[in-house]
Amino acid sequence: MLSIRNLHANVGDKEILKGIDLEVKAGQVHAVMGPNGSGKSTLAGVLAGRELFEVTAGEVLFEGKNLLEMKPEERARLGLFMAFQYPVEIPGVSNMYFLRAALNAIRKERGEEELDAVDFMQLVQEKTRVLEVGENLLSRPVNVGFSGGEKKRNEIFQMAVLEPRLAILDETDSGLDIDALKAVAAGVNAMRSPERAMVLVTHYQRLLNYIVPDFVHVMYDGRIIRSGGKELALELEETGYAGLEETVAAQ
Amino acid sequence: MATAANQIEALANQEYKYGFVTEIETDSLPAGLNEDIIARLSAKKKEPEFMLEWRLKAYRQWVTMTEPSWANVNYPPIDYQNIVYYSAPRSLKNRPKSLDEVDPELVRTYEKLGIPLREQELLAGVAVDAVFDSVSVATTFKEKLAQLGIIFCSFSEAVQHHPDLVKKYLGSVVPYTDNFFATLNSAVFSDGSFCYVPKGVRCPMELSTYFRINAQNTGQFERTLIIADEGASVSYLEGCTAPMRDSNQLHAAVVELVALDDARIKYSTVQNWYPGDKEGKGGIYNFVTKRGKCLGRNSRISWTQLETGSAITWKYPSCLLIGENSVGEFYSVAVTNNYQQADTGTKMIHIGKNTRSTIVSKGISAGHGQNSYRGMVKIQKSADGARNYSQCDSLLIGDQCGAHTFPYLEVNNSTAQVEHEATTSKIGEDQIFYCRQRGISNEDAVSMIVNGFCKEVFRELPMEFAVEAQKLLNVSLEGSVG
Repeated sequence: MLSIRNLHANVGDKEILKGIDLEVKAGQVHAVMGPNGSGKSTLAGVLAGRELFEVTAGEVLFEGKNLLEMKPEERARLGLFMAFQYPVEIPGVSNMYFLRAALNAIRKERGEEELDAVDFMQLVQEKTRVLEVGENLLSRPVNVGFSGGEKKRNEIFQMAVLEPRLAILDETDSGLDIDALKAVAAGVNAMRSPERAMVLVTHYQRLLNYIVPDFVHVMYDGRIIRSGGKELALELEETGYAGLEETVAAQ
Repeated sequence: MATAANQIEALANQEYKYGFVTEIETDSLPAGLNEDIIARLSAKKKEPEFMLEWRLKAYRQWVTMTEPSWANVNYPPIDYQNIVYYSAPRSLKNRPKSLDEVDPELVRTYEKLGIPLREQELLAGVAVDAVFDSVSVATTFKEKLAQLGIIFCSFSEAVQHHPDLVKKYLGSVVPYTDNFFATLNSAVFSDGSFCYVPKGVRCPMELSTYFRINAQNTGQFERTLIIADEGASVSYLEGCTAPMRDSNQLHAAVVELVALDDARIKYSTVQNWYPGDKEGKGGIYNFVTKRGKCLGRNSRISWTQLETGSAITWKYPSCLLIGENSVGEFYSVAVTNNYQQADTGTKMIHIGKNTRSTIVSKGISAGHGQNSYRGMVKIQKSADGARNYSQCDSLLIGDQCGAHTFPYLEVNNSTAQVEHEATTSKIGEDQIFYCRQRGISNEDAVSMIVNGFCKEVFRELPMEFAVEAQKLLNVSLEGSVG
């Protein structure tokens, strides 16, 4: 589904990604871990198409198509979703209105009929039951005045409505208390399916107790330096990221 | 963000949609202004003596005045002797008895503008008093309104048929000495709308006027007077578009509103006059004086406006809150793009006890546009328990535009409460990216964010106007975000 080969990217003159290779297949959940500044969030941003990052080398194929040539909205319409680390506030635009515009843009791309307000409301009500999202959240302006937990929950709710092929969750666990973390994890787990892939970008192992990944990758200084199964996360939890420098030196 | 910048630019570069010129013979006075011209103008309109006297008083005042320069706008000097102060479509010399007799060219113009002048009016439920250049050419729904005792007609007709009302209220809110442009208007105003709603009557429909500036180099000097008698209420819509022009056109209108005890007036404007081209050439100079007087107890006047047009806008719809418990409201969205300049805001003068006012101003600047909010809240000594809430938000699109806020507060009563909030934000790349990541196109994202920004104002507009306002806002900002 997603195939990243030798990906290099800069912010300004500084190289942040120094050759990333990653293969993600449908049905898999990958966790990308690493210390601050290792390039995890840059990787997520490059995949979503943030213009802040300049790709200098490498290629990324998504569903067999050259992802890097596409605009952010084209990627989204093809089924790529990113849950933001810092969800953005849009005053005066209700969550419902926003999400219906998004869903209809995606449906239009797929050649499906756009949903009117009534049909959309029905769809949304189902999802709110599953995710335990309060309906008042829907009528409020996008992320405005939301608590940290509500913002993250809203991201997962959006994901549930948009039903992406590939979901990238950027530090979705940051700033969540344990109850919110559990709720978010439950929402994500409910979305796991053989047709859908997920990439969890996280600093802490904690999230992975609730969303158990198939693969774990450790990033350090713009590269993936180790890959393994879910046990790799537990190992990191014990040794911390401090040991990584030695690992890199040894390589 | 290069693409976002390009798109805003593409939006901004969209040609003015309503730029066409109607070829109709006009019956004009020669250019220039003097007492003789005013006398001829008054005679052409068959005005009673008091009107001519009032005009001449205003003219004699005007020649002693100098054009104000305090506004944050720049434009070349205006040659007031090079302006034609009266022009009427010739086909009106013999007043048409029905719309069928109206010049078909004129009707086509309205049709191009999508203005419902005939059956559409019935469907839309809107009574239209259309001002084409200087003379009202068609008035509808008049009979239905007349049954309720509501007078809704052109200003000229009001002068003929209701001289007592005109005499009583003309200049009672904006005196002929008020300011340079209002005084000029008092001397030369050509026509406009007049509305009187009698005691206890709620006007059952939105009253509407479409203004349109047409003949080249014809200054347009509208005069509008609306009176809501005790317990009456009325909602008035003013919307306008103008054909494309090379030379700048001066527009100096005056609007006066009077609300007596328990009366309510809601005045909504969508202003879309030709703003000039991308380099700032041409466009309307819009120097308007709008003021409402809450004369009676518990009276209420609301101004709601969307200003997207004109090269220069100089406009401060204001409220004089005289009656106890009276309420003044001002909701405004002003958009400047390319080289447009807007200096707009409001004045809320609290005189009576427990008077309240609300100001919500949203300024949007794109391209090289300069947008200034200038507002005054004045609490007089007599205004015990007065309250004001002001909120002024500015949104910047691109990095070559400007937003300025000039709030003036004058509080002379210690029991008053005055609140002022102001924000300036740039339309965020983060916001746009967030929308795009969800599949929403760049252009739709900008439109969504801008409409969200204006929501508090748009929800004050009557339904049919709100839809038009959103569309107009999108057109005005087309191409201004990349």
